Amino acid sequence: MKEKLTILTSTCVPLPLDNIDTDQIIPARFLKATTRQGFGDNLFRDWRYDKDGNLNPDFVLNQGVYKGSILVAGKNFGSGSSREHAAWAVAGYGFRVVVSTFFADIFRNNALNNGILPLVVSPEFSAELFESLRQDPATTVTVDLPAQTVCNNRTGRCEHFEINEFKKNCLMNGLDDIDYLLANKDKIEAYERQW
Amino acid sequence: MSKTLFEKIWERHLVDTLADGTSQLYIDRLYCHEVTSPQAFAGLRERGLRPFRPEKIFCMPDHNIPTLRQDQPIVDPVSRNQVETLERNARDFGLSYFGMMHPQNGIIHVVGPENGLTLPGMTVVCGDSHTSTHGAMGCIAFGIGTSEVEMTLATQCLMQRKPKLMRISVDGRLKAGVTAKDIALYIISQMTTGGATGYFVEYAGEAIRALSMEERLTVCNLSIEMGARGGMIAPDQTTFDYLKDKPYAPKGAELEKAMAWWKTLYSDEDAVFDKEIRYRAEDIEPWITYGTNPGMGMGINDRIPPLESIPEAGRASFGKALEYMGFQAGQQIVGHPVDYVFLGSCTNGRVEDFRAFAAFVKGHRKADNVTAWLVPGSWKVYGQLKAEGIDRVLEDAGFELRQPGCSACLAMNEDKVPAGKYAVSTSNRNFEGRQGPGARTLLASPLVAAAAAVTGRITDPRTMGQA
Repeated sequence: MKEKLTILTSTCVPLPLDNIDTDQIIPARFLKATTRQGFGDNLFRDWRYDKDGNLNPDFVLNQGVYKGSILVAGKNFGSGSSREHAAWAVAGYGFRVVVSTFFADIFRNNALNNGILPLVVSPEFSAELFESLRQDPATTVTVDLPAQTVCNNRTGRCEHFEINEFKKNCLMNGLDDIDYLLANKDKIEAYERQW
Repeated sequence: MSKTLFEKIWERHLVDTLADGTSQLYIDRLYCHEVTSPQAFAGLRERGLRPFRPEKIFCMPDHNIPTLRQDQPIVDPVSRNQVETLERNARDFGLSYFGMMHPQNGIIHVVGPENGLTLPGMTVVCGDSHTSTHGAMGCIAFGIGTSEVEMTLATQCLMQRKPKLMRISVDGRLKAGVTAKDIALYIISQMTTGGATGYFVEYAGEAIRALSMEERLTVCNLSIEMGARGGMIAPDQTTFDYLKDKPYAPKGAELEKAMAWWKTLYSDEDAVFDKEIRYRAEDIEPWITYGTNPGMGMGINDRIPPLESIPEAGRASFGKALEYMGFQAGQQIVGHPVDYVFLGSCTNGRVEDFRAFAAFVKGHRKADNVTAWLVPGSWKVYGQLKAEGIDRVLEDAGFELRQPGCSACLAMNEDKVPAGKYAVSTSNRNFEGRQGPGARTLLASPLVAAAAAVTGRITDPRTMGQA
């Protein structure tokens, strides 16, 4: 059983770059573990640390100004490699929601399979939220998964977001696809007999 | 009703469809490598399950393995543990395993097609985004995460949303010196790195039909680099001829039965796609990337776009990319010195890629300032290169063949490009740090790589009179 997600209000961490690929989220040299734990320590490794392993003071996660369980990123977050380690790193660091104008397909599935909501907002909502965060790092966002709404609490702008019922149900109840599939084995066997 | 190639295969694999449109899709082939499978096997054990259809699953290490002295144990203990974990999982669960030095070992996306493990009409998945490669055989193939590897191990099914469909046609004929890699890099530059997100792409048109099977694998391989879920090409005589002598391909009566299905695998004339795009082959030049995603590419003699031409919202990312690469907006990069050349990967690690590279460097010498890594995609490729004497051509020109694996494409083994160095690479990703922390990657074809390797600079292969 995974952690359930329903309604969340949190401050945010802005990362206003487009096309943040999974090699930036977690570089390949940190993929050698055989468990799901510990990847949060190396989230955005090469942006967070210099080549000698010292914290990079210019990177948002190291400045202490922005905190929270919502990451706000530019468009096409999670492109590139299919590594689920990227989702484990995002979750391991403590994020429950990532906001972007669109997500790479494989990352979106990986996030959903790890109890992270990849929340797609309009370009207008995204631009306004980045501006709110620039003006006031204490800006909060409220995500209401049952109602499928997201609100910028500084400006009051709210909008509806899409998520399919199956995945919404999984997130809200901490279930995963395997629970569903295992309950449907007879259908799989019936399918196999057709061919 | 008219159907696309994708729909014909998708619909045949539907076990069930939920009210919200989510499909329960049956998977014919699962490939596992050492990096994205250990947590899936661990999950299986935690749930007390075994693989549901072990005969449909093939495992092989490729990401971590060294490209020298594979007969010795892997030096890096963490890499070794990951490879040994895969071997143990395959053995414990009765799955086919092609370990290091096994004659069928190599990069999964090279090994699958060359052994006939991937066939037209199949659904194929692997915990690797470049699974899109296999679509060249006329199947639905896509990369998945580790949780989805576990689902497939446990039930041979995945819960998926049907993607939107896009057809990209390339009309006409390619110019001399322009390769399948250039087609793909050109398309990605036009589409941008996220431009096909949410879509599954079918490639069509005269220039695509004219490609060999290996060239088609290169094109489909790079589909993910514009965000596409996968890419595919309708199977035809090229596909059927390619499969004739492949060990796992059906033979005799089984082949006849399969062919009856394979021959129906094309998009009907009036099939409808969500998006249709056409390009002209004559517009495609030898292509090279200058930035930090595969969509940041240009003709090899072109200039990097000026900052003003980039939409305001994208300028920060554009500037960051150029700073990382050590380039200026508006700069021409032809003639720029090169430190490393990498020939290999699931994109360009096949026999034809090495033939092209070898034919180009024959009669030349490797430039002294270049370190070249030539890494065949599999032991079969390696054996074929030896059989054809290509290894000797390469040696005469100052190059050496290494042993198969993913190697410098993602630098999980020792093959890392040092910080700040420029690498012309036939692989698939130029992301920051992809080929090693601080490494600067320029993606290009085997011909452009060969020209760089012998001149020590970014060079248009056509100016050397051989392409």
